[in-house]
Amino acid sequence: MNKPLKQHLIDPEICIRCYTCEMTCPVEAIVHNDDNVVVDADKCNFCMDCIPVCPTGSIDEWRVVDTAYSVGEQFEWTELPEQADIGGGDDGGIEALDEAMAALLAEAHQGAGGKSKAPASAAKASVNMYNLGKPAVAKVQGNYRLTKEASGADVRHIILDFGGQPMPVLEGQSIGIIPPGTDAEGKPHLPRLYSVSSPRDGERPNYNNLSLTVKREDQGLCSNYVCDLKIGDEVRVTGPFGATFLMPDDPASRLLMICTGTGSAPFRAFTMRRQRMAAGAAGDMVLFFGARTPDSLPYFGPLGKIPDSVLKKHLVFSRQPDVAKEYVQDRMMVEEEAVAELLLDPKTHIYICGLRGMEEGVEKSFANIAESQGEQWIALRDKMRDEGRYHVETY
Amino acid sequence: MLDLINVSYDTQIPNNVGLSSDKRVLKALEKWHPGYINWWNDLIPQNFQESMVYLRTAVSVDPKGWAKFDYVKMPEYRWGVLLAPQVEGRVIPCGEHAGQPAWQEVPGEYRNLLKRLIVIQGDTEPGSVEQQRFLGLTAPSLYDMRNLFQVNVEEGRHLWAMVYLLQKYFGKDGREEADDLLIRSSGSEEAPRMLGAFNEETPDWLSFFMFTYFTDRDGKMQLESLAQSGFDPLSRTCRFMLTEEAHHMFVGETGVGRTIQATVEAMNKAGITDPYDINKIRDLGVIDLPTIQKKLNLHYTLSLDLFGQEVSTNAANAFNAGIKGRYMEHRIDDDHKLTGDTYPVWTIKDGALVREDAPALTAINMRLRDDYVRDAAGGVGRWNKIIEKAGVEFELKMPHESFHRQIGVFNGMPFDPAGDLLSREAWDAKRDEWLPSKADGDFIQSLMKPVYEPGKFASWIAAPKVGIDNKPGDFEYVKLHMA
Repeated sequence: MNKPLKQHLIDPEICIRCYTCEMTCPVEAIVHNDDNVVVDADKCNFCMDCIPVCPTGSIDEWRVVDTAYSVGEQFEWTELPEQADIGGGDDGGIEALDEAMAALLAEAHQGAGGKSKAPASAAKASVNMYNLGKPAVAKVQGNYRLTKEASGADVRHIILDFGGQPMPVLEGQSIGIIPPGTDAEGKPHLPRLYSVSSPRDGERPNYNNLSLTVKREDQGLCSNYVCDLKIGDEVRVTGPFGATFLMPDDPASRLLMICTGTGSAPFRAFTMRRQRMAAGAAGDMVLFFGARTPDSLPYFGPLGKIPDSVLKKHLVFSRQPDVAKEYVQDRMMVEEEAVAELLLDPKTHIYICGLRGMEEGVEKSFANIAESQGEQWIALRDKMRDEGRYHVETY
Repeated sequence: MLDLINVSYDTQIPNNVGLSSDKRVLKALEKWHPGYINWWNDLIPQNFQESMVYLRTAVSVDPKGWAKFDYVKMPEYRWGVLLAPQVEGRVIPCGEHAGQPAWQEVPGEYRNLLKRLIVIQGDTEPGSVEQQRFLGLTAPSLYDMRNLFQVNVEEGRHLWAMVYLLQKYFGKDGREEADDLLIRSSGSEEAPRMLGAFNEETPDWLSFFMFTYFTDRDGKMQLESLAQSGFDPLSRTCRFMLTEEAHHMFVGETGVGRTIQATVEAMNKAGITDPYDINKIRDLGVIDLPTIQKKLNLHYTLSLDLFGQEVSTNAANAFNAGIKGRYMEHRIDDDHKLTGDTYPVWTIKDGALVREDAPALTAINMRLRDDYVRDAAGGVGRWNKIIEKAGVEFELKMPHESFHRQIGVFNGMPFDPAGDLLSREAWDAKRDEWLPSKADGDFIQSLMKPVYEPGKFASWIAAPKVGIDNKPGDFEYVKLHMA
């Protein structure tokens, strides 16, 4: 059997047949008859040149299919078909178009226990504007160390500027960084994924820049490259990627965020977005953030400046001298009542991000808290996930 | 190295044509610039000039860079000179020079022909902004207001594009023509715009939508054929303009569609099934379908006149010279010379309408108009789908090409919308059934009340399916300056 493929489609109800996409397509994959403008799946190479030129927004439609809809079939359409339920498909929320990136994200989202779905009110994510063959080139605007020298951890805040190239990235999405050079076989290195830590309108509002939160790994080819970047250096970037680990746009929604280390990147973006939009009421955003010591906790200083009414912070340390080890799941139990209240509120969206090792403990705490409320955790989790309210991204 | 993709902001005029190293043209444009700004400032009501509008601006001319959205005050919009990238080894696509390298400078023998084409195209651009200048005052939503202003600033930019060509390639004559473009004015007694349709009023929003659908579509067809020009700078200019023109088509097609949507929804809600129950339908605060049909008849036929005479030696000369091609010239599979070919053209024989073969070279206008009719029919089909989906029995039709014409073979002849020739008296008696009457205009005018609250729409128009730039429904597309 063929493996499912992602097919690019145009919504015939919204398209106005201006043929701008057809003129733009460098491989002539877009054709029309008197009724519809359609994409030939045999020819489309996902270069995305047609996406920004569309005046209507009809062009950014994707379906996972076993067999591609033919050009002839599409000519007959008066509306787009629903996404068919296909094993291995991802329910319309297409995280990435190239297999390698899609596989990475699928693995990162595994911990949710099933197919991830974006929050109902999330903005529509653009994916794969740039790929290995056609990367964007960003300029480094800043590279700041976030952790103290003595802590042993070197976590960096990197700011990249995209100049005139559009990089429409949403909070929670990732971009790929292509390390320079080639591997042992002489092939270019594949991009490494980093979650964006700035909100959609830029690290600085209305500047076309974004930030990353990157930890230097001992033998890490890409992390060392990124952490050593100097201002003015040029970096090749792919993406954006990810279409489910997104924040709800509904200002009334509530966010429970649990992270360790650089897993804080998307939550910095979420928090800044809500602050800039003045969204949510007191108590609507709660963060459990684990690190070894305050010195090694990224953004320790800036976090302290966010009032508790905007973001209730639980900073948890596992290597504090003379203090018993504490992990995020331990603090969740201490805060059982508050967590339970959030867990039962249908407006709550839960996000877990960090090292894979944190999943088990966090889930255990959730299970305990859910049961104390007479809820079955797995059922509750699956329900929340299907509603786009439970998200895991671990590595 | 000269960067010809990204827009350079190193002069007052954003451009990708290396203006900063072309002192002569830069000076000429800078001299023209204040007149343009004055024209703009005198045109659009002041409180809109001060408002922040969520507009699209090109930051580069490759596909990824030409749609960057941000709030901007219209007078600060970066009008500039943007040409599509030069295609390596491009050749003249049609006519007697077909296959020779495209001209990078004006060929002397065609100088006047070329200048005239550019001036006519250029004249339409400010004309439409003038026609639409007061519509902001009655915008049915902030979304629509934003779309209007986007259309306006881009028409302004298209004027710039034509003025650049005049200043750069036509010396003193070009400068004078460029100045005249700011002197002529839509509807003016002394110095009207050159083409009839651009001197008609755009009195209401339905007219605006019909105009952007039908009349801007003529513009699109003209740009398409100029984009085939063997004069490469004109081709590149028009190719980039087409990417912007698409948005104008979008505003027209969805605007009329949303008007129809509101009408059929209101009819269904009130349980009215007869689309001709006009007074009852109008009482619902929506525009009845027969009146929409009349508006369609008017704007469609005015637009058909823009294609000129069916048989035209001017058009033949322009094609033969390689100055202006056919629609989709590069996808047409023939010798691109048309020397021995024929094309069927409307004529009247013994009182009957027939298509008769004429030399294809002289029938270039007819052919482009046929392409236009086909292109325009697509949207009408979509509008009918909306009506059909709502279960209302009514079908919008494009009238026969002979109806209500002022130019060409049908000029002034009393054909009805079905293409039957009537007596003048019979035609006059039926006029108000086919074309908007004063009373129709007054009724539509009575609905033109502004709605300035984000996410809200006037009763006669439905909300759009998708926001601009994927924005949510209640996005504040225009931050109004209320002083």
